Amino acid sequence: QELTFLSKQEILLAYKRFSELLPKEQRGNACSLRVPKSQILTLPELRANPFQHRICRVFSTSEDGDDSMSFEDFLDMLSVFSDSATSDIKSHYAFRIFDFDDDGTLDRKDLEKLVNCLTGQGEEARLSNAEMEQLIQNILEESDIDKDGTINLSEFQHVISRSPDFASSFKIVL
Amino acid sequence: EVFLHEETLPAAPVDFLQELPSYQSVLRRRAAAGGTQDRRGNPPGAAGAQAWGPQHEGGELAARPVREYPLSIAEKRRDSQQADIKYLSGWNQWKRTSSKSWKKVLKDIKESLSYLELWRHDIHSIEGKLGTGIQSYFSFLRFLVLLNFLIFILMFSFVTLPTVISEYGIFNSSFVKFSPKTTESQCTAYTPSGNKGLVYFYTYLKDLLTGTGFLEVTSLFYGYYTIDAALLSILTYNLPLAYLLTTFAYLALSFLWIIKRSASGFKQSLVHDEDQFQSYCNKVFAGWDFCITDLNAAWLKHRSLQYELQTDLEEERLKRKIADRTMKEKLRIYSLRIFLNIIVIAVLSGCFYSIYRATLFSQENSSVSIRREIRIDSVGSGMDFMANLLVQYLPSIVITLANFIAPQIFSILIRFEDYSPAFEIRLTLMRCVFVRLANIGVLLFSLWSQIHCADDQCKACGYNYKLYPCWESTVGQEMYKLLIFDFMIILAVTLFIDFPRMLLVTHCSWKPVQWCGLQEFGISDNVLEIIYGQTICWIGTFFSPLLPAIATIKYFIIFYVKKLSLIHTRKPPGRPIRASSSNFFFLVVLLIGLTLAFIPLGISIARIPSSKTCGPFRNFNTSWAVVPYTILGFPTGLQNVLNGIASEAFAVPFFMVVCLIMFYFIALAGAHKRVVEQLREQLVMESRDKLFLIRKITEAQKHT
Repeated sequence: QELTFLSKQEILLAYKRFSELLPKEQRGNACSLRVPKSQILTLPELRANPFQHRICRVFSTSEDGDDSMSFEDFLDMLSVFSDSATSDIKSHYAFRIFDFDDDGTLDRKDLEKLVNCLTGQGEEARLSNAEMEQLIQNILEESDIDKDGTINLSEFQHVISRSPDFASSFKIVL
Repeated sequence: EVFLHEETLPAAPVDFLQELPSYQSVLRRRAAAGGTQDRRGNPPGAAGAQAWGPQHEGGELAARPVREYPLSIAEKRRDSQQADIKYLSGWNQWKRTSSKSWKKVLKDIKESLSYLELWRHDIHSIEGKLGTGIQSYFSFLRFLVLLNFLIFILMFSFVTLPTVISEYGIFNSSFVKFSPKTTESQCTAYTPSGNKGLVYFYTYLKDLLTGTGFLEVTSLFYGYYTIDAALLSILTYNLPLAYLLTTFAYLALSFLWIIKRSASGFKQSLVHDEDQFQSYCNKVFAGWDFCITDLNAAWLKHRSLQYELQTDLEEERLKRKIADRTMKEKLRIYSLRIFLNIIVIAVLSGCFYSIYRATLFSQENSSVSIRREIRIDSVGSGMDFMANLLVQYLPSIVITLANFIAPQIFSILIRFEDYSPAFEIRLTLMRCVFVRLANIGVLLFSLWSQIHCADDQCKACGYNYKLYPCWESTVGQEMYKLLIFDFMIILAVTLFIDFPRMLLVTHCSWKPVQWCGLQEFGISDNVLEIIYGQTICWIGTFFSPLLPAIATIKYFIIFYVKKLSLIHTRKPPGRPIRASSSNFFFLVVLLIGLTLAFIPLGISIARIPSSKTCGPFRNFNTSWAVVPYTILGFPTGLQNVLNGIASEAFAVPFFMVVCLIMFYFIALAGAHKRVVEQLREQLVMESRDKLFLIRKITEAQKHT
């Protein structure tokens, strides 16, 4: 319990929800098993989330890269998304979630994918090319301090620290 | 790209890049967070790991708690176990364990306290289904319920309870009633008939809805508290003073609590407003509400995000266009705006005038004015009863109509004024707030024009004693009627408009009906509605001490009604409302309502002569007069101190000192802002220097 930001009841609730994802016969062994990604994505909290794949990728510690999550990964995820997590931790993980190509910085392609995730699936939901250009230009203008065309972690954390909505929107409650 | 990734590093020339301290720290964090990536063999790596983990040099306190590091749980466990193994002296170990158990105890207490929070589960589920914008509306409603409940407890325990105890002689108490000092019998002739004799059943219903008849003589209204002091066993309880002080107390309580709640929102709003140019980053990085679990709500959120981004980009383009406007265009737009503002003022005056006339009509034709006659008049047929009720409720009806029509007119007018979308929204909102709050003011003003003495006939008592022997009760009744009517309208709209509409839309697939669709849940409209109700409650509590209880019950029921209505019959707003700014906005408007409530109360307490026939202030000229009277009873030293505080010799220097302090803080804030700007510039310059130097070095190394 010290290792996460969750309270005792939250951890117990998380255990209950996690074991529901496993098939019946394996439920007793929940702590040591890994749940495949497809099962995790059936959780209502993640089902509607456009970043579901990135979340699984970031929090999964599985060695074979199949993005399956163990109970500890699950707790980790809930802890970061809980109300009491510090904004440092949240911004760190947010950076990793938004970094679609895992290269350590947010460049134009990452930002473009991010905006497309936000506006939704489907052709009519996307912004036009001109609007996308204008938007990315504005974002980089606001946050890229060293003007290298990408946003690195410190710039990201700096921007997030001045963003009033981040704390209230970057949370998941079971 | 000068900062190269590990995979694309060429040979020797740029090896030094790996040694740059900033790069090292990025690597350290990524390696530690990644866990499975193999750590590059860099000498500062070991030092980094040490600096990363909790420090225990010399047995000092641990750095940050382990969970604040962005590592996976397995690694955190390893780190904390390692830290535990390190050598700690016995004292430090005991300190650590005791602080751990103390923190655990605190956490347990907090957890159990959170169970007591009202509606915790409901608001959580609303947050999950519909996002944080709507959740802020419901937590605002909960705040109002608690506030009203506290005000009720205050008024009840200090005003109603002593009166009731002494009137019924519980605990061997009694009360003292002085006879009024003026011997003018006409001022004191007041017989509130509480339904004597045989009356029709619907008289009770009418009395319940309008506050007259049997309700008038209960402790609901001011007229009941007609005692001067209560003698409870040994102490003498000065009721008039208590009444006045409790009024001030509940106003102060509301004021302080609202300010406390808005303090955090204010800081954020101030920072946010300064950084107008950060709005894009905020929308993109913090735009998705991770709480949403419902697919429909998610789809709506996608749409609203797309809409918001497009609107912002369009606004930016519009701003550029406005900057390019010609002189002729500007002239045309400004004259159009002036014309439309004149129309707005005309609409407002129309509203005010109609409320004024309606109040006058209602007062003249209701049974108030025929109170002097025998009550048989009011016992008529059923039609008479309905007509009478309608007349009584006329001001409330007119106010509600005005509150409904005026915002519609405003939202149509503003389209022609060619403002940027954000400003449009704000201006319409401000106009709606003004309409709602000013309507109450006009109602009170028209009541006072009646109560006030027009001719010399009633100069003897100072107010219009013929029609209103106990005018405070009358004002209380009007507030009571407003509150009840507001409540009924909210219920009626939900039952008779929303539910049928929903049934129609779900079962009838006719094109126009589907196009109409469900009505949106307009957050600002709903918030203005409840703020309007709360302002009425604040004003009315002085005249009707049990009004907060009614308001508490009303808001309690409204919570469930709105929740049901939202889930089943309405769709969430298409335009997004951000949680942080909306919380602050609600509280600011509430504060405006409270300040507006001060004005009528202040005038009633300090200016208008209190009625001589009823109420605790019978023997004083005005309600405020009880305070100087009490001060005269204090010892001379205290009197001098109080007189000194209230005199100009104290007030003027105090005011000047406050102004000085304010200017100091404003100057400090300006200086901080300048410092931040300078630091930002320096940062940009430093990074440019760094890039330049690295380029130079790479070139130099290439040549050698």
